[in-house]
Amino acid sequence: MKTPNSKMTGAEIFFESLKKEKVEYIFGYPGGAVLKLYEKLYDINYLKHILVRHEQGATHMAEGYAKATGKVGVVLVTSGPGATNTVTGIADAYMDSVPIVVFTGQVATHLIGNDAFQEADIVGITRPITKHNFLVRDVAELAMTIKKAFYIASTGRPGPVLVDLPKDVINAVSDFEYPEKIELRGYKPTFLGHQNQIKKAAEMLKKAKRPLLYVGGGVIMSNGERELRLFAKENNLPVTMTLQGLGAFPGNDSQSLGMLGMHGTYWANQAVNNCDVLFSLGARFDDRVTGKIDSFATKAYKIHVDIDPTCIDKNIIVDLPIVGDVKHVLAELAVEMDQTPDFSDWWKQINIWREECPLTYEKNDGKLRCEYIIEKISEKTKGEAVIISDVGQHQMWISQYYKFVNPRSHITSGGLGTMGFSLPASIGVSFGIKDRPIISISGDGGFQMNIQELITAVYYKLPIKFFIINNSFLGMVRQWQELFHAEKYSFTDLSESNPDFLKVGQAFGLKSFSTNSPNNVDEILDKALAYNDGPVLVEFKVVKEDMVFPIIPAGQTVNEIMTKRLDPKEMV
Amino acid sequence: MKHTISVLVENHYGAFNRVATMFSGKGFNIHSISIGETEIPEISRMTIVTEGEDKIIEQVVKQLNRLIDTIKVIDLTGQYRIERELALITVFYQKGTRIEITNISNIFRGNVVDINNKTITLEITGPPDKIDAVINVLEPYGIKEMARSGTVALKRGEQLKQDKKESVL
Repeated sequence: MKTPNSKMTGAEIFFESLKKEKVEYIFGYPGGAVLKLYEKLYDINYLKHILVRHEQGATHMAEGYAKATGKVGVVLVTSGPGATNTVTGIADAYMDSVPIVVFTGQVATHLIGNDAFQEADIVGITRPITKHNFLVRDVAELAMTIKKAFYIASTGRPGPVLVDLPKDVINAVSDFEYPEKIELRGYKPTFLGHQNQIKKAAEMLKKAKRPLLYVGGGVIMSNGERELRLFAKENNLPVTMTLQGLGAFPGNDSQSLGMLGMHGTYWANQAVNNCDVLFSLGARFDDRVTGKIDSFATKAYKIHVDIDPTCIDKNIIVDLPIVGDVKHVLAELAVEMDQTPDFSDWWKQINIWREECPLTYEKNDGKLRCEYIIEKISEKTKGEAVIISDVGQHQMWISQYYKFVNPRSHITSGGLGTMGFSLPASIGVSFGIKDRPIISISGDGGFQMNIQELITAVYYKLPIKFFIINNSFLGMVRQWQELFHAEKYSFTDLSESNPDFLKVGQAFGLKSFSTNSPNNVDEILDKALAYNDGPVLVEFKVVKEDMVFPIIPAGQTVNEIMTKRLDPKEMV
Repeated sequence: MKHTISVLVENHYGAFNRVATMFSGKGFNIHSISIGETEIPEISRMTIVTEGEDKIIEQVVKQLNRLIDTIKVIDLTGQYRIERELALITVFYQKGTRIEITNISNIFRGNVVDINNKTITLEITGPPDKIDAVINVLEPYGIKEMARSGTVALKRGEQLKQDKKESVL
């Protein structure tokens, strides 16, 4: 055992530093530039290396782990293609503010710029998609750089950080001392909200007749769900959530209006359109939420709490910005609120909207539908499972029909919309979460985008339920083709080209099921949920041409909401 | 409207690229950009001239602040400031026009820094609009080539004393 301050190689410093950061798992793939690290890793037992099958898988696993646990996800890959394969996952983490640190191998410093074997300028490539990145040029800076990387990734608005490690730096020798604290003069996130602004927000809320809380992923990242629940309950406030905000407030609570935006509920969007105070908490007024900017919540006084000042006034000009950590701002705000307000008229109106246009789907034709499957899963797991969705129609149906009761339970690629996210992300979740069912739900398209990671789940005997919603179509694209692109189903029909998913599952060694009937759903779900000795694959063959409703077409308003497929006879 | 923004950044590998990447990635305009060391060797000062509506400029300043390598961002627009640019302008001359060109240079307090049998090179320093004016006057003679340094700017001294925030460094 080496004592601190003794000479160590870069590789030893690397792992000692990760130990100081209490890293439990590294998702990685070996290669030439990181051989020295893998040599050292061979003898290390204080952290576990998870061997992936493709570096993109590693980044999504790190994201899943980070989103579900709140800890930093760690990736280790080699130079060149190993590094460039992480790009999609890094961009995904950047868009959804996920704290991950990606370590990439690099050719030796004297070869950088020489088009050396497996060289890529990964620092240059990832500059616009990382919160920050580093090229370590001297082994003496390695420990400090790792400290900075974890600090930057996990504080303020979280995000991905990349650290590029040239081969000679890992081989070189230096003193090791892990810094206890660091000070970055260019990076000091504002944590506490401005007192006067908080007081003013409370005054506006007290005066409100039709208030609405618009909750985003920031509430979950700041661990502010308890503060949110108390605040909403004590003040009888309606709560609508973004895709990333789902779970911040219980979906089965009567005060939850569900998701807002393009595929949000009718009543949530009406509430946004008619509220007099819109109180945004850790959300960023994304275009999928606002639709047409000029018509968004025009009657409302807008309050915006966010830890990232660039989010404020970026898309929507707000009346009262509060820069700070949502959890703390909510706690301070709660103190300022002293009376229980009467919003009975407002609630009455919201409930009228609820009844006017509920979420519905065809239940009586004996055909299997995604909505039904999600409802069943929600019922059987009591909203307590961790659901890792992919991107597309099933993702929206999950957001509508799964009633999340806990934060960090809805893991999805929201900002970047990365197909192929769910399968590897669920593997990362599974390493972090042991006490709740972990359910990965993908479409038939997205499932094939990182299908190689199935073997990772099998090898590590992870009790993940891989559910494939197979409609033999790239369903969301098909939906847009039907609605907005003259029904030209250009390259979205996969019915001729999909593999046999049951056989795929069996070949990878998963317990596998397939069904096309709603009558089998109960039984299969029970079997899948009861099996915990390894992963299970279930293919649900659903109807081909269902569409997600309601939908507010891109760039439009709640007035243009479509709630059902138009009858051809009604279309003139 | 044009804005002159002064940015103090860490003087190390990649800091300039981060700023440039942010501008191109967000689709912000850059009229000119210049960078050089400050009185503190580990800090560089960038002077960026950009253009946009107030909402855009607000985002530019916020996005600059958000970069880890930026230490301080000051929008100098509307403040008492000194702005200077340097231009090297090579102009063709004919018999008789050489003296006219050197006269123009003198009027604008420029220097003649090079001459051969066809062209004469002037060094002009001043606020960007002065450089524009010189170019305007020289154009009829035929400008062979030209290099502009981009604007550098500082707040005026008395302002520095009033604004205590300036003393962070």
